[in-house]
Amino acid sequence: MTPSIQQLTPQSSSRPAIQTHGLRKVFGEKIAVKGLTLEVAQGEVFGFLGPNGAGKSTFIKMLLGLVAPTRGEAFVLGHAAGDVNARKKVGFLPEHFRFYDWLTAAELLRFHGRLYGMTDSQLRKRVSELLDLVSLWPHREKRLREFSKGMLQRIGLAQALLNDPELIFLDEPTSGLDPVGRRLVRDIIRQQRSRGATVFLNSHLLSEVEITCDRVAFIKHGEMLETRRLQEERGSEIDVLIRAQNWNTAILEGLAPWALSICGEGERLTLRVACAEALPEIIRYLVSQDVKVYEMTPQRTSLEDLFLQIVGEDGGL
Amino acid sequence: MGAWTMAGITFREAARKKFLWMALAAGLAFLLLFGTGLHFQVKSLARTNPLLRRQVLNGMLMVGLYAADLLTVVMAVLISVDTLSGEIASGTIHAIATKPVRRREILLGKWLGFVGMLAIYAAIMVGGVSGLAYILSGATARHLLLGSSLILLESILLLNLTFLCGTMFSTLTNGVLVLGLHGLAFLGGWIEQAGALAHSPRAVDVGVIASIIMPSESLWRRAAFEMQSPLIGAIGLSPFSNASVPSPAMVTYAALYLIAALALALRYFSRRDL
Repeated sequence: MTPSIQQLTPQSSSRPAIQTHGLRKVFGEKIAVKGLTLEVAQGEVFGFLGPNGAGKSTFIKMLLGLVAPTRGEAFVLGHAAGDVNARKKVGFLPEHFRFYDWLTAAELLRFHGRLYGMTDSQLRKRVSELLDLVSLWPHREKRLREFSKGMLQRIGLAQALLNDPELIFLDEPTSGLDPVGRRLVRDIIRQQRSRGATVFLNSHLLSEVEITCDRVAFIKHGEMLETRRLQEERGSEIDVLIRAQNWNTAILEGLAPWALSICGEGERLTLRVACAEALPEIIRYLVSQDVKVYEMTPQRTSLEDLFLQIVGEDGGL
Repeated sequence: MGAWTMAGITFREAARKKFLWMALAAGLAFLLLFGTGLHFQVKSLARTNPLLRRQVLNGMLMVGLYAADLLTVVMAVLISVDTLSGEIASGTIHAIATKPVRRREILLGKWLGFVGMLAIYAAIMVGGVSGLAYILSGATARHLLLGSSLILLESILLLNLTFLCGTMFSTLTNGVLVLGLHGLAFLGGWIEQAGALAHSPRAVDVGVIASIIMPSESLWRRAAFEMQSPLIGAIGLSPFSNASVPSPAMVTYAALYLIAALALALRYFSRRDL
């Protein structure tokens, strides 16, 4: 069964999917979120990154109306955070998805679907589609207490998609999933992006975030440190390591049109280039100069490196 | 709509987790025991004076109804003690409360489910005791419907208080607190009765204060007054004497108390962080 994909109409694309101003939450003595201001555009896949205890889950809970802000305001799809009208268009996979484990997979989805106000005929179709999407159709009549952690994460993901949401909050969606499951989550995020939905992703698996997100925010001790557009990151300067023999200083000077800086020692050449498009030209040039090129490796700053640079190695402790 | 969905899932949970069936099985075992005991009592009283025989058997009926009341009240606390605090602590509530349903619908739905269960359970227990007593001995309760309604009201009072405490405390604290309060009311009720029989106004005052703090036992004592024979109540042949009967004002107070408990539970649950 192929899931039907309901395309979202870009009727109010200028309105941000999420907008917060000075959102703050204090629990007793502890300041969980310190005046966070953030805007996420519709259709964006947004990564929310930070060490444990940074205030990420509290922030998501405030957007969903589970936790009341101490100060500040938040809007979700144009409605005040927590408003029932916003929740009609939102899907949520909690970090630790708990459920009535005495229900079967199909019963759980029907129950959550009814809370969305779906009719029996809508549910019949949608539940089958989603069980198929998360590869749980053969297990639809099995009780959830018999499910593995990965299977539970899949059914949690399915319940977050029941209402064809405009905005999906995924709090650690790949937790407990094997590589096949992780790939499934990636595919689902891409599918949701292509239908125009906004995805707000909170994950510790930075490699996943790097692949799927358009933009990320770094948060520590309840404060926003920085937001970055990952596409821009990819288009910026790159350090390249080349392992080669038969080169000399004159040849290196010939790389000047592409390289911003060059350093050579033994078999190792380290270059900084303005963009990735320069790399084939560099290889072509070196080969034309009879240089023996054994290896060329772009030294891109991974999101993990970026995370450590911005958040620090102390992990927010 | 959301409230009915929650009521349905609450009922289904009770059935699926088997505690509904276990409660009914325990109730049926109690009825079997009661019926057997009554059967032998009827036999042993065959040659007794008919007036005395009738009063003793009526007393047995009241003991049976008292046990049914106690079981219904305990049922009200046990089945609902974990429903809010447990789901808040485990996080099960997160995926539910983020759906387009108001929190009051979630709470009211659960409440409706439990009230439905209690109504069925009370009907089986009170109906079973009364039916067995009538079939085996011909004894009948005076105002059975009114008495049954008061028993149900008492169990709903305990239910509402369990809901209120469930929005504030952990499951264990909730159970200890609500059963502790009922224990206080129970003791207060007996002190009040004993005080009235011994003509001790101060002891009666202690009982009344206990009833104001927790009016559950007053509802049972009013139910007993409505159901038992006036003669047996007057001469003190049963543990449920008419020496100090809770007034209609106390019943009204108990009704307001249970409404206030539910209203506070709704208010607190709607505003608290989850």
